[in-house]
Amino acid sequence: MISTLSGKVIKFGDNINTDLIIQGKYLRSIDPAELAQHAFEMMGKEYPQKLKQFDILVAGENFGCGSAREQAATCLVGAGIKAVVAASFARVFFRNAINSGLPIVECPAAVAELEEGDVLTLDFDQGRVVTPKGGHRIPPLPPSVREILEVGGLVPYLRRQFHSQTSKQ
Amino acid sequence: MGLTLAEKVLARTSGRAQVTPGEIVDAFPDVVMSNTATWRSIKQFHSVGVNELRDPDRIVVVLDHISPAKSEVDANNHATIREFVKRHGIKNFYDVNAGIAHVVMMEKGHVLPGQLILGTDSHSTIYGALGAFGTGVGFTEVTSVWLTGKLWMKVPESIKIVLKGRLSAGVFSKDLMLKLIGDLTANGCTYKSVEFCGDLTSRLSVSERMTLSNLAMELGAKCAMVAPDEATMKFLQGRTSKPVEMIRPDPDARYAKEVTIDADTLEPMVSCPHQVDNVKSVSELKGVKIHQAFLGSCANAKLDDLAIAAGILKGHSIHPNVRMIVTPASRDIYVQAAKEGIVATLVESGAMITNPGCGTCAEDGGTLGDGEVCLSTGNRNFLGRMGNRNSFIYLSSPATLAASAIRGEIADPREFVK
Ligand code: SF4
Repeated sequence: MISTLSGKVIKFGDNINTDLIIQGKYLRSIDPAELAQHAFEMMGKEYPQKLKQFDILVAGENFGCGSAREQAATCLVGAGIKAVVAASFARVFFRNAINSGLPIVECPAAVAELEEGDVLTLDFDQGRVVTPKGGHRIPPLPPSVREILEVGGLVPYLRRQFHSQTSKQ
Repeated sequence: MGLTLAEKVLARTSGRAQVTPGEIVDAFPDVVMSNTATWRSIKQFHSVGVNELRDPDRIVVVLDHISPAKSEVDANNHATIREFVKRHGIKNFYDVNAGIAHVVMMEKGHVLPGQLILGTDSHSTIYGALGAFGTGVGFTEVTSVWLTGKLWMKVPESIKIVLKGRLSAGVFSKDLMLKLIGDLTANGCTYKSVEFCGDLTSRLSVSERMTLSNLAMELGAKCAMVAPDEATMKFLQGRTSKPVEMIRPDPDARYAKEVTIDADTLEPMVSCPHQVDNVKSVSELKGVKIHQAFLGSCANAKLDDLAIAAGILKGHSIHPNVRMIVTPASRDIYVQAAKEGIVATLVESGAMITNPGCGTCAEDGGTLGDGEVCLSTGNRNFLGRMGNRNSFIYLSSPATLAASAIRGEIADPREFVK
């Protein structure tokens, strides 16, 4: 995982559910780029294109609530989103983001002061986020989670795990 | 320090005597269920490049979301799954004729008290109706469990929900849950384990408890458990030959919060577009015209749900402006409903019956037109859930649904029950 990243913020409100992020009818694909063509389409036809112009998705409470669809996280990866910062997350989305290699940060204070278009910096080594208005501490990720993010998601993590096991034998 | 139900399950499955909320453990689930999404887990399995499953007997696969196939792509995905289960010796496979995975899992004895059950579907919380820790995971996590047998899990804090009093005629466990979701909001139990208890809980059937545990997902719950009792044992009779653990929370277990809800004064409740926690009482919504009534989903399409709707519809006709779709939750339920004459009553009143499965709840048939309103017994009413962002979905109990289908508008079922 990258230790720091900076980028332009796209902002959403509270309770953004997985059906809004990616509609059920697109779940026949698991390809991030293909899914990105339809991300947030429910909120307006212009959204898939709009999303691509931003780097960090910022949202209010309970982001990703609703279904267990992993594509809600992978479609963001496909759209070039590098991290998601929210006031709080629904738990399956939280897991799916990590497993898709998408860094995820819970920081209500930062969310409250951010506006769309702001530049936000995430510093995972220092455990800080910096908005145009100031800095906030973020709790460190548990080691097991960080390990998965560091190699880019659960599939590469498993690949590495099984590959190194076989080479040891 | 004593343990809650969820803590006990996570302690056992991670081989520990004690776990504390917030801690991350490696848990070994007893069962991992995957539904129509299984082909995605298979894709991930192939991309890892390992050829063996750790324990095929812990795997259950049910095809429910798009059943039967509606397109070439679906058909090929189904074929991939059938071939995979055969090749890897997965015995617990249920094809497109079986019904909704969650209900099939419980009917076929794959869910026992005290077990940890992971599923590729958020409503896996339903397994808590039998005292199991059921929770949803992503399809890549299923691949991971297939390969390693384990998964990292954060030990949740527990919330106790005490249900007391009596449900009056025309009021059901669905109304109770909608009331709770309205009061506590969609975020009310995020990351938390919910434990239902109280005198009312112990009087509810396993089917009614399924509605509780299923809908608890809409509070954000990680799992939603009812400690096993006589009703649990009765349900499990003939469904399993395995020993059943009568798991109980310790008397000194710690809860982050306790919520009490009294059913005595409860009215029928309805969730309004486009969020489940947008809840109103049926009397506030009287007169809202409906175009479609969907009696289906893992929340409320069990035998008792169909019987309640049929009881109200008997001798009545569905309003000419309403089309009513009934999708029994499982094949076993369908058969029983046919034997008991429930199917005939529903069809005579003007309803159409589809094959068991997720159906309209998974955007598989029953798409709404622009500006149309559907009343559904399901668990979600998100914008566009039934395939059209210009339509509106309300959620209710099967009784409210049946009364409304007769009237052509949201109606109070208490006007139909004696
Ligand atoms: S019936 Fe609906 S909520 Fe239940 S598993 Fe199927 S799609 Fe999900």
